[in-house]
Parts: sequence; C-alpha cells; structure tokens
Amino acid sequence: MSAETSALAVPAPPRQKPKLAGIVAIGIWIAVAAAFVVYFVNAFDVTLIQRFGMKYLSGLWVTISLVAVSFVCGAIVSLPVALGRMAANPLARGAAFAFVYFFRGTPLIAQIFLVYYGFGEFHGFFETIGLWWFFREAWYCGLFSLALNTAAYQAEILRGAIESVPKGQWEGGRSLGLPREVIFFKIVMPQAMIVALRPYANEIILMIKASAIVAIITVYDLFGETRQAYSRTYDFQTYVWAALLYLALVEALRHATNWAERRLTVHLQR
Amino acid sequence: MNDTLTLLGFGDTGWGDDLARGVLVTVSLSLATLPIGLVLGFVLSLAKQSEDRLLRLSADIFTTIFRGLPELLTLFLVYFGVNAGLKSLGQATGLPEIALSSFVSGMVALGVVFSAFASEVFLSAFRAIPHGQREGGLALGLGRLRVMLLVILPQLIKIALPGLANLWMNLLKDTALVSVIGLADILRQAGIAARVSREPFLFFGTAIVLYLVLTIVSSVGIGGIDRWTKRGEMAK
Repeated sequence: MSAETSALAVPAPPRQKPKLAGIVAIGIWIAVAAAFVVYFVNAFDVTLIQRFGMKYLSGLWVTISLVAVSFVCGAIVSLPVALGRMAANPLARGAAFAFVYFFRGTPLIAQIFLVYYGFGEFHGFFETIGLWWFFREAWYCGLFSLALNTAAYQAEILRGAIESVPKGQWEGGRSLGLPREVIFFKIVMPQAMIVALRPYANEIILMIKASAIVAIITVYDLFGETRQAYSRTYDFQTYVWAALLYLALVEALRHATNWAERRLTVHLQR
Repeated sequence: MNDTLTLLGFGDTGWGDDLARGVLVTVSLSLATLPIGLVLGFVLSLAKQSEDRLLRLSADIFTTIFRGLPELLTLFLVYFGVNAGLKSLGQATGLPEIALSSFVSGMVALGVVFSAFASEVFLSAFRAIPHGQREGGLALGLGRLRVMLLVILPQLIKIALPGLANLWMNLLKDTALVSVIGLADILRQAGIAARVSREPFLFFGTAIVLYLVLTIVSSVGIGGIDRWTKRGEMAK
C-alpha cells in the first residue's frame, strides 16, 4: 500500500467495548448453559440412555421419513393446485383458492384430528372402497393431513416462484417455436426453482416442527417417544434431549440450505 | 339433520355453548399472547441492531432456539419444566407452591415463539427505513426516544404489518396446541363433544369451521389496520 492511500484510508473504528446490557444478556445465557451442564452431570443416567437411546433414534427416523414422504406427496399435489391458482378458468381458480385457504387457515392439529377421529365415522364407506387400511393407521392419517397441508403451502411457493420468472422467458421460448411443456419444464421451472429453494427449505423446517403433532394421535415419532419416555420416568431431561435433537436437525438443514444456495447461484453473483 | 342441529344447539342438549366458550378462550389466549410477543420481539430486534457484539449474539441465540423448536415441544418444556422448577423452588424455600396454569404456559410459550419470529420481521422493517429519517429527526433537535416514537415507529408499523399479520394467523392456529395440555379451547371442547356424542366428524368439522371464521375475521381486521397505516398515501 502506498503512502498516499494509507493517509486517505479511514482508520478502522475502535473495537466496541461490550457494554453492561450485552454482558448481562450473555451472562444469562452462560448461566442457563452452565445450569444445564450441571443438571445433566447430576441427572446423567446411563440406564436412561440404554433404555431410551435406540427409541429416540427410531423416533427421529419416523419424524424424518414422515416429513420426507409427505413433502414429496405434497409437492406432487401442489403442482395442479398452483396451476389452478394461475388458471384463466374462474372455476379452477376458485377451487384452488378454496383448497389453499382451507388448509392454511385452520390449525394442522384440527385437520389431523378430523382425519384420524372423524373419518372413522365413515368406516363402512372406506371399507367398501377398500381404503380402510389407510385411514385406520395413525401414521397414514398423519401422512395424509401433513401432505395436504404442505401441498397448500407449497402451491403458494410454486406460484410465487413461477410468477417471478419474467414474461420474456415465455415469449423467447415461443419465438423459438418450442412447445409449451418444453418452455415450462426446461426454461421456466429451472429459474423458478432457484427462487423457490429457500421457501421450500423453510417449509421443510416448518414441517419438521409441525410433525411433532402426530405424537398426539399415537404415532411414535421423536416427540411421541419423548412423551412415552417422560411418562415412564418423570425425568425432565427426556424433553431436553428431544429439544437438542430437533434443534440439531433444523440447524443442519438451515446451514445445508445456505450452502446449497451459495453453490446454485454462483452464476448470478457479481 | 335435526339431530345435528340439536347437537350444535345451545342449552343442556347441545354443545353450542361449550364451543362458544371455547372460541372465547382461543381468542383471549391469542389476544393475551400478542402484546408479549410484540414487545419482546421489538426489544429483540433492537438488540440485534446493537453495536454491542454480545447483545447481538444473545438475541441470535434466543431466536435460533425458539425458531428451531417445535411449538408443541416449547409448550411442554414450559409447562413441565417451569412447573417442576417452581415446585422444587417452593420446596427449597418453604414458600407456598405456585404452578402455571395451561393458559399462562400457553401465553409464555407462544409469546416466546412469536417474539422470535417477530424480531426478524421488525429487523427487516428497520433496515427498510432510510438512515436519513433518523438523522433528519435528530437534526430537528428531537431526542432519541422521540425520533423512535414519532419518526421511525409509524413507518415501521406500516412496513412490518404484512409480516406481523402472518404471525398473528400462526398464533391463532398455534393456540389449538395448548388444548393438548388441557386448555378448554375450541379444539378441546370439540374433542369432548366428539367423544361424548360419538360424532367426531361433525364436531371436529365444526371446530375447523370456527377457526376458518376466526381467520377470515382476522384478515378483514388486518385489512382495516393496513388501510389505516396507509391513510397518508390515500389522501392523494
């Protein structure tokens, strides 16, 4: 660096000294963390881990597989819904809007109860159409509600992403003589998916959190196993273990998304 | 059909009055949680903009934890954890034991979750307000508090409103989770009615319709607030 530029360069601002509020705030967190460490050291119980460790892992697997399967099913359902939302036909638009409004405007737990307890009333009907095996199982009921619920949210994500692609991309494709499907899947969708990446990742995180509800209808996911472990031992650390596992899962996903987004948008950065 | 009307009717034979009480509980829990979440979220967003590194870090830790945990788990942590803590505190000090009711636990848990999300909404709204607004206020000789109240806040509310409206809808729906720890809200009343009358589809369906009505009423109300915050623009 030459003498001139160093004379012009603004000196780095002095490093801020932590003030009282910051010290108190971080102090509280350190105290909380220390309290947890002490608590765990005191309450640590090898038999507890021997008894419930594998159950927690199988619960974690149930949570992950439930979320993954319902996310994929929701993605499939969301495509026609999103197209319906953008359709010219008012009937299709109205139906898609009603679907989205219904699932986004009511609590997931009420939807799950309606399916799990309410559909049992039509036991005979489902048996005649051969679907009773599906609605009899709590796991499938949870899957069904979660998939439809996320389909409504994903339809909105998809619609927003598709509409964010400039019209010129469609027109450019048309002028090259490409058929509509090719324009949609090869030109519009790849661009829309980059826009939709972050909302989709957020949706998966929301689903991981929401999937804890299926424990209420006796699915032994991570939260269900936790409730069972607590009811057997009355040991509060069972809940803390679950909290740590959920946090690890969500944070890992969040960081993976950040990384993926950086990699995928390399060509867009200047 | 007549049966259905009797079941949903008010009085001894129907469950209408129970469901109506449930609506009241759901609405009052949401309304009671809202100020906690808004104030805490606002304070957190101020902390996140602070020059103090430790304060920023503390606020970020808070957000990471309560945005990442399932709401149901947060609720159980508060309900069982705080009550266990209060119990051992009572035993240690010999003071009379107090315990959080499901309503207060719901308020605390949902308020904390709301504030974690609200702080991000407020933070991005703060960033959307140009620096010049603050500097202009200071140049006019207003104090820091008055700049915040008279210059920044009115603009902040307008920008943050759509995000906060979303959070309000989530809050309204999340109150249904508190029924799991025994709060007599819409969902719990519907569940009791469903079990007694053996008409689960009817009652859970009614509960869903009631939530839909609450959502629609909210979006009408939010539309009104939105027009009110933009009243300056519409005068043109």
